[in-house]
Amino acid sequence: MDGFGADFSVGGSSSGKVDTGAIMEQVKVQIAVANAQELLQRMTDKCFRKCIGKPGGSLDNSEQKCIAMCMDRYMDAWNTVSRAYNSRLQRERAKM
Amino acid sequence: MEAAADPELQRFIEAETQKQRFQTLVHQLTELCWEKCMEKPGPKMDARSEGCFVNCVERFIDTSQFILNRLEQTQKSRVSFSENMAE
Repeated sequence: MDGFGADFSVGGSSSGKVDTGAIMEQVKVQIAVANAQELLQRMTDKCFRKCIGKPGGSLDNSEQKCIAMCMDRYMDAWNTVSRAYNSRLQRERAKM
Repeated sequence: MEAAADPELQRFIEAETQKQRFQTLVHQLTELCWEKCMEKPGPKMDARSEGCFVNCVERFIDTSQFILNRLEQTQKSRVSFSENMAE
């Protein structure tokens, strides 16, 4: 990704002091975008594998239905994994 | 880096880095466990798959801890072995 460093200068005031709040906003947005891209890429890969047996002349109706369900189940899976991992972390912390 | 010296920013970056480490592992584990737990995506997430995902996460962490411990053990015995040899 280009422009990562360049974007930061936007938050700088005329005095040359960097605006911390603006930087934090920028970082948050960039992280959110990166996570969405990560999810999209993995979801596309997984659902393509599950739903497209033999690529035909178009995405037919049953393939589209399969992809739609697959997307929803992938999100469910993501949330389940996130919850399971989080609760494991809590338990590990309680042990210490 | 002058910006990194700002304590507020430093705390923020640390917190975000921590959060991102969590997220990255969730992405990884979802992909890994998907292969193990999802046969054919249906209209609802059934209880069996859900349980499989939870177990998959738990066993993955167990595996990582087991490997870490065992590596540590073998490392220790190797150290004491070479110490014995030196005596």
